[in-house]
Amino acid sequence: MNHDARSVVVEELVKRFGDFTAVDHINLETRKGEIFGFLGPNGAGKSTTIRMLCGLLTPTSGRAIVAGYDVAHDPESVRQNIGYMSQRFSLYNDLRVIENLRLFAGLYDVPRSLVEERIAWALEMANLRGQEKLITGTLPGGWKQRLALGCALLHRPTIIFLDEPTSGVDPISRRQFWDLIHRMSGEGVTVFVTTHYMEEAEYCNRLAMIYRGSMVALGTPTELKHKYMKGELLLVECEPLGPAVEALGSAPDVVDAAVFGNALHLVVGNAETAIPAITEFLRKREINVTDVEKIQPSLEDVFVSLTSEHDPSRNLAVQA
Amino acid sequence: MTAAVQPALTIRGLTKSFPGIRAVDGVSCDVYPGEIFGLVGPDGAGKTTTLRMLAGVMPPDQGSATVAGSDVVHDPEAAKHDLSYMPQRFGLYEDLTVDENIRFYGDLFGVRANERRARSAQLLEAAGMSEFRKRLAGKLSGGMKQKLGLVCALIHHPKVILLDEPTTGVDPVSRRDFWRILYNLIAEGVAILTSTAYLDEAERCHRVALMHEGKLLFLDTPAKLKSGFAKGVLAILSSDARRMKEELKRVEGISSLVLTGDGVHVVIEDPVRRIPQIKAQLVSAQVPFSEMRQVVPTIEDLFVDAVTSGRSGGQG
Amino acid sequence: MNPNRLAAIATKEIIHIRRDVRSLIIVVLMPAILVLLFGYGVSLDLKHLPVYVFDRNGTQASQDLLKRFQSSNYFRIAKVANSYPELAQAIDSGKATLAIIIPHDFSERLHDGGPVEIQAIVDASDDNTANLAVGYAQGVLQGYSSDLQVEWRERRGLPRQFVPLSTEVRTWFNEDLESSAFIVPGVLALVMTVIGAFLTSLTVAREWERGTMEQLISTPVTALEIMLGKLLPYFVIGMVDVGLSTALAVYWFRIPFRGTIATLFLSSALFLIVMLLLGFFISVIAKTQLAASQIALIVTFLPAFLLSGFLFAIEQMPVFIQYVTRVLPARYYVSALKNIFLKGTPVEMLYADLLPLAVFALVLVLLATRAFKKKLA
Repeated sequence: MNHDARSVVVEELVKRFGDFTAVDHINLETRKGEIFGFLGPNGAGKSTTIRMLCGLLTPTSGRAIVAGYDVAHDPESVRQNIGYMSQRFSLYNDLRVIENLRLFAGLYDVPRSLVEERIAWALEMANLRGQEKLITGTLPGGWKQRLALGCALLHRPTIIFLDEPTSGVDPISRRQFWDLIHRMSGEGVTVFVTTHYMEEAEYCNRLAMIYRGSMVALGTPTELKHKYMKGELLLVECEPLGPAVEALGSAPDVVDAAVFGNALHLVVGNAETAIPAITEFLRKREINVTDVEKIQPSLEDVFVSLTSEHDPSRNLAVQA
Repeated sequence: MTAAVQPALTIRGLTKSFPGIRAVDGVSCDVYPGEIFGLVGPDGAGKTTTLRMLAGVMPPDQGSATVAGSDVVHDPEAAKHDLSYMPQRFGLYEDLTVDENIRFYGDLFGVRANERRARSAQLLEAAGMSEFRKRLAGKLSGGMKQKLGLVCALIHHPKVILLDEPTTGVDPVSRRDFWRILYNLIAEGVAILTSTAYLDEAERCHRVALMHEGKLLFLDTPAKLKSGFAKGVLAILSSDARRMKEELKRVEGISSLVLTGDGVHVVIEDPVRRIPQIKAQLVSAQVPFSEMRQVVPTIEDLFVDAVTSGRSGGQG
Repeated sequence: MNPNRLAAIATKEIIHIRRDVRSLIIVVLMPAILVLLFGYGVSLDLKHLPVYVFDRNGTQASQDLLKRFQSSNYFRIAKVANSYPELAQAIDSGKATLAIIIPHDFSERLHDGGPVEIQAIVDASDDNTANLAVGYAQGVLQGYSSDLQVEWRERRGLPRQFVPLSTEVRTWFNEDLESSAFIVPGVLALVMTVIGAFLTSLTVAREWERGTMEQLISTPVTALEIMLGKLLPYFVIGMVDVGLSTALAVYWFRIPFRGTIATLFLSSALFLIVMLLLGFFISVIAKTQLAASQIALIVTFLPAFLLSGFLFAIEQMPVFIQYVTRVLPARYYVSALKNIFLKGTPVEMLYADLLPLAVFALVLVLLATRAFKKKLA
């Protein structure tokens, strides 16, 4: 991987719609061949950012360079050098596999002499050889996704944008798909993934968490879990749960308490001192504690921790 | 759940076919009062069809189902007073305000006005939506829409709640509010059957059933499912995960390798005993790695292992 | 049937109408717009056509003739011109539809017992108006000439004799007058069709399309409650619109209304129920708003417009089409309206119109309740 080659450079990018700031001074860089995740809930500003990076929307201010071209000044060149795939809309369900590929080859203006070779390559990559004649609509979800990826890569872009590429797909197809993505990235293609889906985020090399237009965290999934989580996460198994969660709301050192299946998740400042303190606290209230242990926070835990800090109007304390 | 308690929801051999596909294939399970039961599986596994049949809006081909003591197959209307169903698509009227939607559903279920006002105030408070009562439902964020859907679904104190992928597309913070409301309902003795495509969300349920191609693969508590998983999962961090994955393919006994953003998950039997051997392999191949430890398998690990090894446990 | 659930559905439906600008416009403004459009569209052509006259004779006799033009409702003497070019220019520029030239020897020749030629120039760019203008002008001239003849014969002690041609022309006028009088009430049929069938055809389809129906049918609400709750607000709106349109026709356009209000509302209610049920039935079978509105347009609106006898007389249609009109509810309603407005036919004499409507309503109730199932496909 060439760490000097920057494929996407975003500096102080802003997009306003009237009074509403959809994207608020975002800065980021992706390296060539990197799988970069853009993680946030629906409405956080992900699509607006992507549209600016694809040259479909003009930024209000700031700068974005994609594949070496400025999106504000040369959106056409940007579009010729990127691929875009969203799960839902890119394929025509009533066309055959091969017809979809030919259509996209035409749309991306793949030189005539290269079309057959590229389609063969895409079929091979997507593991769809021999299925050319099938009607796209009848394909299983995982196949469709691979076909959509093949279509988006026909013009051999150096950057590909994926919009929630595997949400709702069965885990096996998802793993196959991500293997494919990792292979593409090995060949030097930068993969820019937007998702609200924490499970998808785990597959990315680096992640930016975005919330209400601003970037709240940036790092590898492991870094995010270690660096950005305010406090540490405890799993508490006890009985009964209802009174326990109610009592813990007023316990010292507990930042957040939530029921999680048959157990509680507690966010505390320091796990080592909290474990005996919590155990004692609950025993005094005649709650039977069977287990208290420190667990690794998930990306979702990190996200909730970051956004509640970011948004003081939200009260995340326990509501009885 | 003790056996003495009558199940709120009994499903026996429920089957539904559409042209060319058996969407639900002999599904049987019980859901008890005070329980959150998760129906977990990818799109197309048959979750929505199952819930629709239980909600009495789609007749099954075969099998029986009892919801709150009423037979939904023979008398689908009888159960509807005690039941609440939240379809996957936002089922509320976008041109009605939050309050108007709640009122509409309250009236349909014959909830008295003062009772409705008290209940909706309490539910909206728990949903963090008290200040949005006059807002049109169409102008709410995705997370708020889902929470409003839940408030409407709960306005008549149902005994059984059926939720079809309620948290899809919902931001994590709203998702927590959502689950908090569900947990509060447990105390009222409500039985909740929820479907989800997020395998990580399954961990929040008391019991889960993994659904695949219309059949239930497993049915147990998440903890028992995981402890019953004979294999273990090793997480190895590496700056060159792709090369590491290639290298690990040479190690015997690995049932699956999953690339993550900054490493590889290895599913293998007796993982701790195999650590030295794997370390040696990576060192000799000069693959950089920074951390290697056993992690708790996820529901997804279980799912993939079950489907790929063709094993079908539990009730099928 | 639970009255609270019925009220809940109806209330919700009213909120939908109130919040949707498009349906609000259709409900409030469309009846007025249609009445005005057809009221003026038809009567404007018939009245006060601008006429330029060039009186080269300038005698008492020629003035008498011109007065006849002026006093007829059909013409308005816009200007007395002084030259041919002025007339030609007025016709060219559209200032005049008709120009009348009275020859210089008009009174002399009349005195000698004729014949006198009156020259008329007509703007034929609008074929229909030109024909009417020529017809009216001939009528005025015939009337004048037959009066002269009567006078001439009387002066000579001869028996009265009428020119058959003039009688024929008058009949033609009357018929046109009559048609304009029932075109406006005929608009009622259009209004009811749009409110009844067109708007309601969208309501159920919209709920399928937006996914709200799935949740709705999982509640205890019954199919009948959904149907009645959805139709009730439109029924009220439709009846209000009947009142508005009738008031506009009677007080603004001075259309004669010889029947009773009760008969009008009873017949309108019956037709509206048929249309509402038809709209609901279309909505249930179509499942998407686009399909529903297309079906509603083809099945209800176009036939009501073309085949109901409202614009074109059914008796003049090809025999096959005449049979087709028998299955159109609008045809019976238009016929009832003609009877109520123009003849004042009492309700017990309207069975030929109202009975078929009742049969349609009965059949559609059965169809609609059977087609609407609280089930997904």
